[in-house]
Amino acid sequence: MASATQKAVGGKYMSIGATKATESKAPKGARSSGRAGKIANLESADVEFINVTKTFNDANAVDDLNLRVEAGEFFSLLGPSGCGKTTSLRMLGGFEDPTKGRILLGGQDVTNLPPYRRDVNTVFQSYALFPHLNVFENVAFGLRRQRIEKNEIKRRVGEMLEIVDLPNYEKRQSSQLSGGQQQRVALARALVNQPKLLLLDEPMSALDAKLRRQMQIELKRIQTQVGITFLYVTHDQEEAMTMSDRLAVMWHGRIEGMGSPKDVYDNPTTEFVASFLGASNLLAGSIVSTSGSRTTIAIDGGGTIVVPADRVPDLGGSAAVKVGVRPEKIGILPAGTAVAADHNSIGGRVRVSTFTGVGNQYIVETTLGVEVTAYAQNIGHQLAPRSGDEVVLSWPVEHTFTVKPLPTTVEINETEGD
Amino acid sequence: MTLLDQPTALEVPQLEATKKRRWTRFVLPTYSWLVIAYLVFPIVIMIFYSFNKTIGSMQLVSFSWNGFTSQWYHQWSNVPGLTASFWLSIRLALVSTLIATVLGTMLAIALVRYRSPRFRGKGAFEQVIFLNIAAPEIVMGASLLGLFVTFNIGRGFLTLVLAHVMFSIAYVTVTVRARLAGFDTALEEAAYDLGATPAVTFSRVTLPLIMPGVLAGALMAFAISIDDFVTSNFLSGSSVPFPVWVFGATRVGIPPQVFVFGTAIFTVGIGCAILSIVLARKKA
Repeated sequence: MASATQKAVGGKYMSIGATKATESKAPKGARSSGRAGKIANLESADVEFINVTKTFNDANAVDDLNLRVEAGEFFSLLGPSGCGKTTSLRMLGGFEDPTKGRILLGGQDVTNLPPYRRDVNTVFQSYALFPHLNVFENVAFGLRRQRIEKNEIKRRVGEMLEIVDLPNYEKRQSSQLSGGQQQRVALARALVNQPKLLLLDEPMSALDAKLRRQMQIELKRIQTQVGITFLYVTHDQEEAMTMSDRLAVMWHGRIEGMGSPKDVYDNPTTEFVASFLGASNLLAGSIVSTSGSRTTIAIDGGGTIVVPADRVPDLGGSAAVKVGVRPEKIGILPAGTAVAADHNSIGGRVRVSTFTGVGNQYIVETTLGVEVTAYAQNIGHQLAPRSGDEVVLSWPVEHTFTVKPLPTTVEINETEGD
Repeated sequence: MTLLDQPTALEVPQLEATKKRRWTRFVLPTYSWLVIAYLVFPIVIMIFYSFNKTIGSMQLVSFSWNGFTSQWYHQWSNVPGLTASFWLSIRLALVSTLIATVLGTMLAIALVRYRSPRFRGKGAFEQVIFLNIAAPEIVMGASLLGLFVTFNIGRGFLTLVLAHVMFSIAYVTVTVRARLAGFDTALEEAAYDLGATPAVTFSRVTLPLIMPGVLAGALMAFAISIDDFVTSNFLSGSSVPFPVWVFGATRVGIPPQVFVFGTAIFTVGIGCAILSIVLARKKA
């Protein structure tokens, strides 16, 4: 796990240490400028969690979290329910106090600031629109607290409702709005304050699948338009991958993997990330040898698989490892076909072949005694193998990854929520 | 064809159902009107006799019809003790309602929001609230009298206010707490998030949203206060509230102005009820 974070964050670890030293010298000044920051927010925004731990009833909801989000980034915290992602977000919003550690916002220590003194706005999971106020007053709520002049409020609210595509909705009551419209109002209410950072707590979970996909694109468009840092919390991996510049996969209060969606997906560094983010075939084995840029791993059921040497994580002296490959990276060839150079291959027999519309999913009983799932796109020019057919599964060495096995068999079934 | 057939197939059982319900459908309306009559009849009698003439020079209510008059409405303030006691009751109800509503609302919020480590004795508090409602008023009245006599506190407006606040708080607390139970605390978090301090959050978000509960509690406190007899009778001393005065008057006979005040209180009550219905409809 530690290696995972380090690999992804790299040199930023060093910069956190540096900030820590300078920050602790002037916490008072940082606090007062934080207060002013609610009104004027001109500095670049970034978020830092420094060794943050949150304990509820002796259990660590967030466990020694170190995280840095750059200004203007769309960053997602992704994980199953109870992984600590929402707690992290709530600590950033000021609704929970960290048990240990510090939180910086734009270089200022905000750890002990109440929510109303933080230059952060939140889109709540339930939207939390004020039911006694109409759309205009809901959106204007934050501006009124800043005692902004009336005409200016009117202009900015109108502008923001335009951006979220709800013009002329000012007079509506929030109870008269659909779920998608309520979400847009919640977004407008937060964004109109031009915060340094926008927190979004599973804002799509109440929307149906079609609207959700539409809102994902919309949200990304708005983020690009307003240029504010977004911190997005979700359990939906597709949602996180669609919108994020970078994402972190959380589990048991820790970050299991972090980076761009493509990096984290293509090169998962832990068994949890490999199973949670998309689907993975994981084969248990042990390292045999490394020569040059290639490491050979003996699979427990027999046979060997070659992986790029730089993708072997720090195993702490043990040779036990799990080799992984994504189902869509595997090519299915008729038995006896010659395998291309620099490819891994396993022979097997198709047990189940399922047509899913966009493709075919195969479950292949391999000669290693394990089942492997492979996925072929429905592009029409291949002959689809049927169940019972002998096949060879082959994929490039480059698409093979290795992860450190989990100490015990742990259930990772919470992948898809609601 | 099948599409055309379907409606008729559905209509038949519906017709049978209406036939079967033919006489039973009168049960509920009849029952409702009987209950309403049962509740309203005494009040109608009171209103009716407030327009009755009196015989003789005593000007006391008699329950035989002596002819219509609106005399008592013109001379509503002709009985000095009665008018004074009426205004005393109004003042008493307003002051005690105000105090009880503020204290009761605060208590309700504390009971809903805070738990053991921060609010020790919460369980005991809940029991006291319940006891306050359940305890016989005669016990409260007698013990309050004992208390004030022991500590040599003169009975009057102040002791009445203290007593009325005491027995109204529980009603306000229970009503406001019911309203708070369904309150989404994310709304308050949203207000903090948008830069509102706790005080602003309370006045702009929490209070407006629990206002129906607060008003209902206040109305209850007012109604309980204005017609309280038992406790007030123990504590009135020289300031006599309306119900105590009326009770005292029954020994010699009550002046018809009592019915005028009764009718006025009832009319204001009905007016409030109608107003609240109209406002609720307008909002919906």
